[in-house]
Amino acid sequence: MKQFSGKVLFLDRCDINTDEIIPAKYLTEITKEALKPYLLEDLSLTGFKNKEDVKDKAVIVTRANFGCGSSREHAPWALEVNGINVVIAENFARIFRQNMYNCGMFAIELPKDKIEYLFENYAGKDTSITIDIDNDKIVVTSSEQSEEIDFKVGGFDKTLVKEEGWVGYADKNY
Amino acid sequence: MGKTIAEKIFDAHRVNMPFPDTHVLKLDRVFCHEITTPIAITDLIARGMDRVFDPTKIKAVIDHVTPAKDSKTAEQGKILRDWAKRHGIKDFFDIGRNGVCHAIFPEKGFVRPGYTVIMGDSHTCTHGAFGAFAAGVGTTDLEVGILKGVCAFHFPKTIKFVLKGTLKPGVYAKDLILFLIKELTVNGATNMVIEFTGPVIDAMSMESRMTLCNMAIEAGGTCGICYPDMTTVEYLWEFIKDEFKTKEDALKEYTKWVSDEDASYEKVYEYDVTTLEPMVTFGYKPDQVKTVKEMSETKIDQVYIGSCTNGRIEDLRIAASILKDRKINDDVRAIVSPATPAIFSIALKEGLIEIFQNAGFCVTNPTCGACLGMSNGVLADGEVCASTTNRNFNGRMGKGGTVHLMSPATAAASALEGKITNSQLYKA
Repeated sequence: MKQFSGKVLFLDRCDINTDEIIPAKYLTEITKEALKPYLLEDLSLTGFKNKEDVKDKAVIVTRANFGCGSSREHAPWALEVNGINVVIAENFARIFRQNMYNCGMFAIELPKDKIEYLFENYAGKDTSITIDIDNDKIVVTSSEQSEEIDFKVGGFDKTLVKEEGWVGYADKNY
Repeated sequence: MGKTIAEKIFDAHRVNMPFPDTHVLKLDRVFCHEITTPIAITDLIARGMDRVFDPTKIKAVIDHVTPAKDSKTAEQGKILRDWAKRHGIKDFFDIGRNGVCHAIFPEKGFVRPGYTVIMGDSHTCTHGAFGAFAAGVGTTDLEVGILKGVCAFHFPKTIKFVLKGTLKPGVYAKDLILFLIKELTVNGATNMVIEFTGPVIDAMSMESRMTLCNMAIEAGGTCGICYPDMTTVEYLWEFIKDEFKTKEDALKEYTKWVSDEDASYEKVYEYDVTTLEPMVTFGYKPDQVKTVKEMSETKIDQVYIGSCTNGRIEDLRIAASILKDRKINDDVRAIVSPATPAIFSIALKEGLIEIFQNAGFCVTNPTCGACLGMSNGVLADGEVCASTTNRNFNGRMGKGGTVHLMSPATAAASALEGKITNSQLYKA
């Protein structure tokens, strides 16, 4: 299994699309590692500096419809090669969400008020998150406080995370 | 309780349900292009599983950057080409025979009502125009599709549009879908299938239905679907005439793939489109839509007519009818990319290519290039493009550029004026 623990990057915007996560001009790369410097290069978000802000982060917390647009799995790959294996959002575009689980990564949906709560209480406070996969809990810790938040994950999604993706599972079962 | 077309297709293709609400479906078609497939191929090789489930059900094309622009894109083409050859994939469309995937695959008759289709491309929803369940997927789903011929989906919750009235002259499927995306928002159909029904759709050509379904993904939709009818049969007839005695027989078979009247929907929207005006996007999301009139006077640097949304013969005919015997504005450059070689040939025979050239357009080979800022018409920082494509995302056609999505008629008229404007075909 991958690592699901570390510092949080808060992206306070809805509808962050795949072209912002990884621009199409980098889709000519044929290794995942080559995508590393370009993660979130075209993100339209005031004050955001992609190289500095992404550094040492392991989890993204964002708003609704993250990963909308293209089917490019380069988007989760660009996250993965930067050490980010968890995105927590109000909801995800279908293809992006499936791509995350297909790669054995977490795309966790929380209700709007919980997302709002995380932004209000944890953004800008050197926050870390650990996913407790056995108990379906998000453990969130800042310089000021720590708590657990429940999340729901389907059986298929959890299996893909544990088996590190869809290819191995499909090969065994189909 | 009746069933929607998507539920019927799921029922006919379900292999099993390994978990609640996880439907593993058998695939009729796996489509591939050179951007998202090579990493699936190299991963299969690395795993010692370089196999394909059925070479006759896999179709492949080089379309995103073609002819190759550099060594990296040449390598992507080579990986796909070598793989197609190695596995006996006969329907591989290489340079010279290649076109934009969602234009060339339907044109070859590869999609039929009731089919399940996946491709590593979000605009795969286009093929729902034939009454198929067609979904864009990532490289891993594509890889499993290639290897096993299956893909997993959640239950297909469905939104239904009932579209009544008649589109005014100068108002097209593109204007309609931009309006509907504005109504739904970019997150309004996430995880859902969108059915387009009603007299407006019944009167539409397959090309227009493909334009509609193509942009279902821009509202988050898994697939856009139109019910198969005689228009579908006529379009497919040359490919199916050995399967059926008459067109009526084909229609009878295909209308199995229509939703039941008592099917259950997430939401049903009804619109009369008679007063709909030509529409155009602003900003960086496809649901940011205004009328062309509201956006007129917006200056443009480039016009692009093409793509899987609006690069078909119907689109070129409309644009050419506006450009005939006229010249584009001095401050504008314009590019047209017929979406397939067959479309290019028809346009040549009908004199459309000459009209575009005389108007001052650059005519390129069929390719996706400019739409996603990869080649053949990338914008410079600060430039504005009037485009018949499907995404106006920040930087989509080039870093720092702005894209306004519109119909081919509006794009052609805007090329003449150097600013966004209604075509003379539209009478308010």
